[in-house]
Amino acid sequence: MLQEHTQTGTPDTRISDDPQTDDEPLVIDGVALRSRLVMGTGGAPSIDGLAEALEESGTELTTVAMRRYSPEVGGSLFELLNRRRIRVLPNTAGCFTAREAVMTAQLAREALETNWVKLEVIADERTLLPDAVELVDAAESLVADGFQVFAYTNDDPALAYRLEQLGVAAVMPLGAPIGTGLGILNPHNIELIVSRANVPVVLDAGIGTASDAALAMELGCDAVLLATAVTRAQHPARMAAAFRHAVTAGRLASAAGRIPKREHALASSSMEGRPDL
Amino acid sequence: MNITVNGKHREAADSLPLRQLVVEVTGRELTEGGQPADGRRLGVAVAHNSEVVPRGRWAGLEIKDGDDVEIVAAVQGG
Repeated sequence: MLQEHTQTGTPDTRISDDPQTDDEPLVIDGVALRSRLVMGTGGAPSIDGLAEALEESGTELTTVAMRRYSPEVGGSLFELLNRRRIRVLPNTAGCFTAREAVMTAQLAREALETNWVKLEVIADERTLLPDAVELVDAAESLVADGFQVFAYTNDDPALAYRLEQLGVAAVMPLGAPIGTGLGILNPHNIELIVSRANVPVVLDAGIGTASDAALAMELGCDAVLLATAVTRAQHPARMAAAFRHAVTAGRLASAAGRIPKREHALASSSMEGRPDL
Repeated sequence: MNITVNGKHREAADSLPLRQLVVEVTGRELTEGGQPADGRRLGVAVAHNSEVVPRGRWAGLEIKDGDDVEIVAAVQGG
């Protein structure tokens, strides 16, 4: 079972090992995740490079895709994830209809013995943007079938709210289209989604570099999911470490209460007692 | 008989339970209940004519001429 390394019954409430954060874990479906960085496995050219990057990222949850069985693939990936005790979140990448996505989720549940699924229903190959109608349809079916649905969605507050009402475990709005590395194109919408969500919000897709992930956390997101920003970076392990720090930094800043933005300057040194020179 | 497995044409004996096909494709021995005999994770799932078939039903499902079978596993992605 994939859940073998988590405690059953009451949720794990360990505090972060990192003394800087003293943070609560992100709890989804009774599972406590101390790392708020979800690193996908997509795009890595070698399993060794991926292992190093996963290690540096500190992630406890990673995505995989479901594809036709071939003797060459898969085995080494699972040994790696088991060894690092990283939980698996299967996705429905490549699905264009609710029917395909629901079947893919069911196959993943059979193959991997998990009822967690990252629901991804794509409108077309050029934009890879979610198809809202098919997404809502699939989410409804999967929730009814007992899945914990992590819904990859547009940065649309109305749609995110609708998905939450359907009973998804987490909403995952995109920062920008998959693989673009354009960052967070509509921070205001992400903030709106966060402000009224009662389920975890995971910023998913579009992340290019560390500051994008920090911004996502500053906007109030509960976690960040990324893959190619690390796996296709020139130095994946180094970039993974950068993201680990960025997510922690953004999370700390979000809770620390930033100063308001002002139109004019405000001196930090008092004018009182200034010598007359 | 002629069947399609993972998009490829395949000739098969006239009597072929789904469990036997999974054994042939994956090279793993399976118990009657579809669990790997060596106790290690199998990590595959099967759709038969666009219906997901739980492993407990693999042994009892006889494949027929013209059937379409998809055998999937997890790979890197997303």
